[in-house]
Amino acid sequence: MAKKERLKVRTQEASARVKNFDEVPFGFNEAEAVEEASRCIQCKKPTCIDGCPVNINIKEFVRLIAAKDYQGAIRIIKENNSLPAVCGRVCPQETQCEEKCVMLKTGQPINIGALERYAADWEAANGKIEEVKITPKLDKTGKQISVAIAGSGPAGLTVASELAKMGYKAVIFEALHLAGGVLVYGIPEFRLPKAIVKREVDYLKKLGVEIRTDVLIGKSYTVKDIFEMGYKALFIGVGAGTPSFVNIPGENLKGVYSANEFLTRMNLLKAYLFPEYDTPVKIGKKVAVIGAGNVAMDAARISKRLKGVEEVHIIYRRSDKEMPARHEEIEHAREEGIIFNLLTNPLELVGDENGFVTKIKCIKMELGEPDSSGRRSPKAIPGTEFFIDVNTVIPALGTKANELLTTNVEGLKLNKWGYIEADPETGETSLPGIYAGGDISTGAATVIAAMGAGKKAAKAMDTYLSRE
Amino acid sequence: MYKITLKKQLSKDIKLMGIEAEHVVKNAKAGNFVILIPHENGERIPLTIYDWDKKTNVVYIIFQEVGVTTAKLGMLNEGDSIFSIAGPLGKHFHVEKFGNVAIVGGGVGVPAIFPIARALKEAGNNVTSIMGFRTKELIILEKEMESVSNKLLTATNDGSQGQKGLVTDVLQGMINSGPKLDLCVAVGPVIMMKAVAELTRNYNIKTIVSLNALMMDGTGMCGGCRVTIGGKNKFSCVDGPDFDGHQVDFNELTSRLGTFKEEEKASLHHSKIQLVGR
Ligand SMILES: Cc1cc2nc3c(=O)[nH]c(=O)nc-3n(C[C@H](O)[C@H](O)[C@H](O)COP(=O)(O)OP(=O)(O)OC[C@H]3O[C@@H](n4cnc5c(N)ncnc54)[C@H](O)[C@@H]3O)c2cc1C
Ligand SMILES: Cc1cc2nc3c(=O)[nH]c(=O)nc-3n(C[C@H](O)[C@H](O)[C@H](O)COP(=O)(O)OP(=O)(O)OC[C@H]3O[C@@H](n4cnc5c(N)ncnc54)[C@H](O)[C@@H]3O)c2cc1C
Ligand code: SF4
Ligand code: SF4
Ligand code: FES
Repeated sequence: MAKKERLKVRTQEASARVKNFDEVPFGFNEAEAVEEASRCIQCKKPTCIDGCPVNINIKEFVRLIAAKDYQGAIRIIKENNSLPAVCGRVCPQETQCEEKCVMLKTGQPINIGALERYAADWEAANGKIEEVKITPKLDKTGKQISVAIAGSGPAGLTVASELAKMGYKAVIFEALHLAGGVLVYGIPEFRLPKAIVKREVDYLKKLGVEIRTDVLIGKSYTVKDIFEMGYKALFIGVGAGTPSFVNIPGENLKGVYSANEFLTRMNLLKAYLFPEYDTPVKIGKKVAVIGAGNVAMDAARISKRLKGVEEVHIIYRRSDKEMPARHEEIEHAREEGIIFNLLTNPLELVGDENGFVTKIKCIKMELGEPDSSGRRSPKAIPGTEFFIDVNTVIPALGTKANELLTTNVEGLKLNKWGYIEADPETGETSLPGIYAGGDISTGAATVIAAMGAGKKAAKAMDTYLSRE
Repeated sequence: MYKITLKKQLSKDIKLMGIEAEHVVKNAKAGNFVILIPHENGERIPLTIYDWDKKTNVVYIIFQEVGVTTAKLGMLNEGDSIFSIAGPLGKHFHVEKFGNVAIVGGGVGVPAIFPIARALKEAGNNVTSIMGFRTKELIILEKEMESVSNKLLTATNDGSQGQKGLVTDVLQGMINSGPKLDLCVAVGPVIMMKAVAELTRNYNIKTIVSLNALMMDGTGMCGGCRVTIGGKNKFSCVDGPDFDGHQVDFNELTSRLGTFKEEEKASLHHSKIQLVGR
């Protein structure tokens, strides 16, 4: 009989880790990986695979880890996923692969994420990165066919790597000064070390992918320019990067940052190392983050790690069960001493005479009957207003479509929320030769979903380019 | 990395720099700006595009050394490279034939009005430019502004050149004596733009200002540059930087510009930088 309990991943002690930005989980060592992999009962119908948006052959790679063939395991993973070191760390496994693992019925699911991470980290440490043979795809004049990619998040990186492997010259244009999208500016170091993202980006460069940072498609080059410059197709993977605010009075007081601003200052510009790095962030003793998704947890946990911060609050209008963040993040946040104010809604931010925020006025909420979508909508309980003292407030309420590119392309069909209408199977947009995927077509989703979209788009682009 | 092709001192603490950046020059227009980072661990700062040359792919910026990043930028020389420059950012200035136009620039706002004046003059407008400085020694771009204006007026606080007083005094004079103004453009310190907007409001003269909110990414991603325009939240990097001066909440803008005052001081101290001229 397979063991019911899964092997826990060792982590840094909460009391130590709130003082550093090092990665929180240590990951499995070899013995642990083999032990956990051996729990897998090698189902005839491995339902786990259906749970993975890119259908990694989980059963097989787990078997290979149990058999200590790590090179084999990583090869299997890489057939479907070019960023395993990233996904093993940040996928919401509990709603994807692990949710579909049969072991969940009688005990705990196989720790697929940690095993995927193990295989990827093993390769980085020991494996030979396998050489990929690339035969350049040439046009009639003998020139390599080139394709352009706007945005270097997981969607764009995946498209580039797939097309490069097929023989195309792939050029990524990235608005910021570093490649990686949310992987570099959003997700913090202690959850996804930036060295890992860099390793993946360097691998792409080895495949011949060119990355041009500081270039905004729609501004530096228009979509028309791109085709005039000789690119035969364009993939748009510009993310959903425009922050939403709560729209309550006082949100423009000093000390109020959107989660995007706060996280970018911290992760991309390393404001936590100010003044060694030139970018500042002003943060007081008491921080409140509004929202309870991954973004909110990241903002809260970074705040907790900053010098001088004493108290970090999460303010969320629904209850425990509805919090959208990954389980692991919520658990880690709790261990780190983040204070959860659930069923609490912010009404107003109050400032001092210098324009800095000092208090949040809140009200208690209760959950009503489930609505048509099955969600129980929160209602305010009259007369329960109260104040929380704060010096910094970080609304983390999700993002909207960034219009910088989309509104500058004639004929590009958008849906009513401003996202690009793209065929979920191919990434095709309303314009020939232009494909889209990731958050800019689905709205804020996940790393692996963006990669899945990139993969499908690359295939469709290849078909399109071969036809042309 | 982007090569610095030209560096020139224009006044005590103001420098002009030419930087090779084809991707910025290709679609640059009057009113656009760049966001640059001088060196790898640096900060992203916005600077207006003063001029550009499509033959050499060089973009020209003019900056005043007011803090760590501008000071570090000022230490670089011809032949050196800067780490990052993104652009052209922001909506460009909307150019059409308005008629009689007054364009007001204060201090380091003058480089920003130069391409706007040029574009408006080329579009057939009658352009009067008004530049304001504290004193004669600080005057920059006099010849250049003359070349893109039908008429150039100068004000200095101490009267060492041009009219003694503020740009608003000159503008008031124009309004009193001249033909009706169809448009006013003002770029400079917030307090100047606010004063201009208050003056022109009385005469119902449409007034465009270019807001210098604190910025970081310049792509609409962070919202740090948000300003209140006619009661609505706008992101100045993508919705602006030009806005209707009569709708701007200047007090909020002034307050938000002070967000990092203490950190800016600490950063200067840490880098052991002494600013010239203050
Ligand atoms: C803080 C945070 C934490 C998250 N945590 C998780 C998690 O734990 N697990 C998970 O699965 N998902 C997580 N997500 C969601 C996940 O990161 C996104 O769904 C995913 O990154 C989307 O990928 P993308 O390629 O579509 O876009 P992005 O990653 O957003 O990348 C888009 C890139 O395009 C660039 N760009 C924008 N406009 C232009 C332009 N005009 N020209 C050129 N470049 C442009 C942007 O600068 C950016 O680099 C998190 C998101 C955030 C913000
Ligand atoms: C769209 C735009 C265009 C601009 N164009 C020019 C230009 O052409 N030439 C030029 O010299 N300056 C320009 N600025 C201002 C310039 O960005 C700031 O002077 C610069 O960011 C200061 O950085 P620092 O690190 O040297 O100084 P810091 O130490 O960061 O700041 C020093 C002082 O400058 C003020 N400051 C900081 N950032 C800004 C800012 N973004 N805008 C205004 N004041 C600021 C601070 O309030 C502080 O008092 C522009 C600003 C914007 C938003
Ligand atoms: S990519 Fe994500 S969902 Fe797929 S197996 Fe790996 S961890 Fe699970
Ligand atoms: S469902 Fe679970 S136990 Fe079955 S093969 Fe997949 S990982 Fe193994
Ligand atoms: S500078 Fe970040 S949104 Fe404008």
